[in-house]
Amino acid sequence: MLRFIVRRLLITIPTILVVISITWVLIKLAPGNFYSGEKKLSPAVEKNIREKYGLDKPWYQQYGKTMWTIIRHLDFGTSLKYEGQSVNTIIRRSFPVSAAVGLMAYLLALVVGVTAGSIAALKQNSKWDYGSMALAMLGISIPNFVLGPILVLIFSLGLYWLPPARWEGFPSRNMILPVLTLSALYMAYIARLTRAGMLEVLRSDYIRTARAKGLSERDVVLKHALRGGLMPVVSYTGPSLAFLLTGTVVVERIFALPGLGNYFIQASFNRDEPLIIGIVAFIAIILLTMNLLVDIAYAYLDPRVRYQ
Amino acid sequence: MSTEKNPQHDELIHIGPEMAVAEADVHADEGAFLRGTSLWRDAWRRLLKNKLAVFGLVVVIVVTIASIAGPALIQQTFGFTPDYIPNNDKLTRSFPPFTGPDGKFSWLHPMGTDNAGRDVMARVLQGGQISLFVGILSTVISLLIGVSYGAIAGYAGGRVDNLMMRIVDVFYSLPYIIIVIVLLSLFRSQTPRGQLTLLFIAIGSVSWLTMARIVRGQILSLKNQEFVLAARATGVSGSRIVFRHLVPNTLGPVIVYATLTVPQIMLLEAFLSFLGFGVQAPLSSWGSLAADGVTNIAVFPWQLIFPGVTMALTLFSLNFLGDGLRDALDPQMRTV
Repeated sequence: MLRFIVRRLLITIPTILVVISITWVLIKLAPGNFYSGEKKLSPAVEKNIREKYGLDKPWYQQYGKTMWTIIRHLDFGTSLKYEGQSVNTIIRRSFPVSAAVGLMAYLLALVVGVTAGSIAALKQNSKWDYGSMALAMLGISIPNFVLGPILVLIFSLGLYWLPPARWEGFPSRNMILPVLTLSALYMAYIARLTRAGMLEVLRSDYIRTARAKGLSERDVVLKHALRGGLMPVVSYTGPSLAFLLTGTVVVERIFALPGLGNYFIQASFNRDEPLIIGIVAFIAIILLTMNLLVDIAYAYLDPRVRYQ
Repeated sequence: MSTEKNPQHDELIHIGPEMAVAEADVHADEGAFLRGTSLWRDAWRRLLKNKLAVFGLVVVIVVTIASIAGPALIQQTFGFTPDYIPNNDKLTRSFPPFTGPDGKFSWLHPMGTDNAGRDVMARVLQGGQISLFVGILSTVISLLIGVSYGAIAGYAGGRVDNLMMRIVDVFYSLPYIIIVIVLLSLFRSQTPRGQLTLLFIAIGSVSWLTMARIVRGQILSLKNQEFVLAARATGVSGSRIVFRHLVPNTLGPVIVYATLTVPQIMLLEAFLSFLGFGVQAPLSSWGSLAADGVTNIAVFPWQLIFPGVTMALTLFSLNFLGDGLRDALDPQMRTV
């Protein structure tokens, strides 16, 4: 087990550095500069800017300096557009918003998706099955940037039940619509995965044995079938985190939430180079660490994985 | 997702002759082809029995034809293009669906007009051209890269395979959407055509990974069969074995996955265009139309609802078609 973790760690850390390097290279290769706007700068001003940000040095020194401060101090520098704010402060302030919405959405998706998927599998080919699977397909097909505004239209502008946008701290009514919008897609995926997994497990021999020895249907489903049937859902956790990430970008944009995704889009539009690198690196670290944890959990649950 | 009550029954009837053909022709070079036709015809028959898949197929065909012919047809009949802005102040406002400038019922704009007085239906149909074009072309790109990569890795085996698949694993774990956004924003092109090309490069470079995995898996299970041995014994070169003998045999899963890739890529394109990194004006796609619509949702909801619903319907149909194809081509997978 320890060897497995070490081996995975040996892949994860270089991957994070590769992501940061790719971003750095893209920024350097891109035409123009962060200071080249509509106005033409005088050569003296340009020279000063280049000196201040170390752009007059050769590329390997710039690269080395950037990477070194990141590795050594986990410091991504200062934002170019949000003056006087360090990238780390911005991340520390915005990440909890994204994490709260994302986590709630994932939990909601898990509860609803597993329930709907199990019912569909237990009553295969019934109207419950077709109904929930058609709904799931709808959830996969409606883009979240269409679903979100339509929910706002119905619940905020039509019925006046919920606020349409803005962020007011963690437990608040403002979270309901963003969470619903974000979770629709995972709900649908998890329902489909659960149904598929459960259908396979319900046909297996050990379920027949459990039934044969006279267990109640409830015990058969809850204690035996679910455990095996949920394996596809567990292995979907890794990829779903990546989806969650892209989902939050759109949802934060629609509902004007001050989360990581919103800052990232702003930074990309403004060419705020340190902030771009900082957020990309942070997202890579979060994503790869979570993937690592999922892999370890999976290896723990299923010994076959470890020896592959 | 099938509506059939007992699919196993008619499979049993048809699997017999198919196997016999396969057995008899396994050594002949045309064997794969002979077996192929019967498999395809069989699959087509099964697909037609699946009502939802047929519904999907019909909708996809209708949307495609409407997108290609619609804007020109509207111009012929009513005399305006998707970009036509009336030069009359009273007309450059957003009218609800089926409403004329006088507030009475009118057939002129069945989906209403946008803020500049442009016809929403013409714009949705024109947006469909771009969305479908991006979806299909990017899928073809990902198909070419993914199939070649997966086939080579699977056939080569050993160290080469290990290395190539490790690279895919690493790519998989990257937050690629984030990198795509960085790429699209930094290299933002001045021309809409340039930005569209950039979009293709960005989407194409990330969407081939799953295809490579699927094809590799297929090749691994095929490469030790007799027909490959026979080909090798008669001195067929490695690349010819891969692309002439092995790849055609993976077509079933490849077609299924490609059908399911189109809606995914259309969604990705819409997502990027919605955020403002994708298709640029004067070109429009369903994503960029939805982005325009969102800003006016409170007053002019039809500007979001029509492109949004058209897109959702198309994706819904493509997904059902893909599921139906999978059931038809690979009956063993039907529960998934």
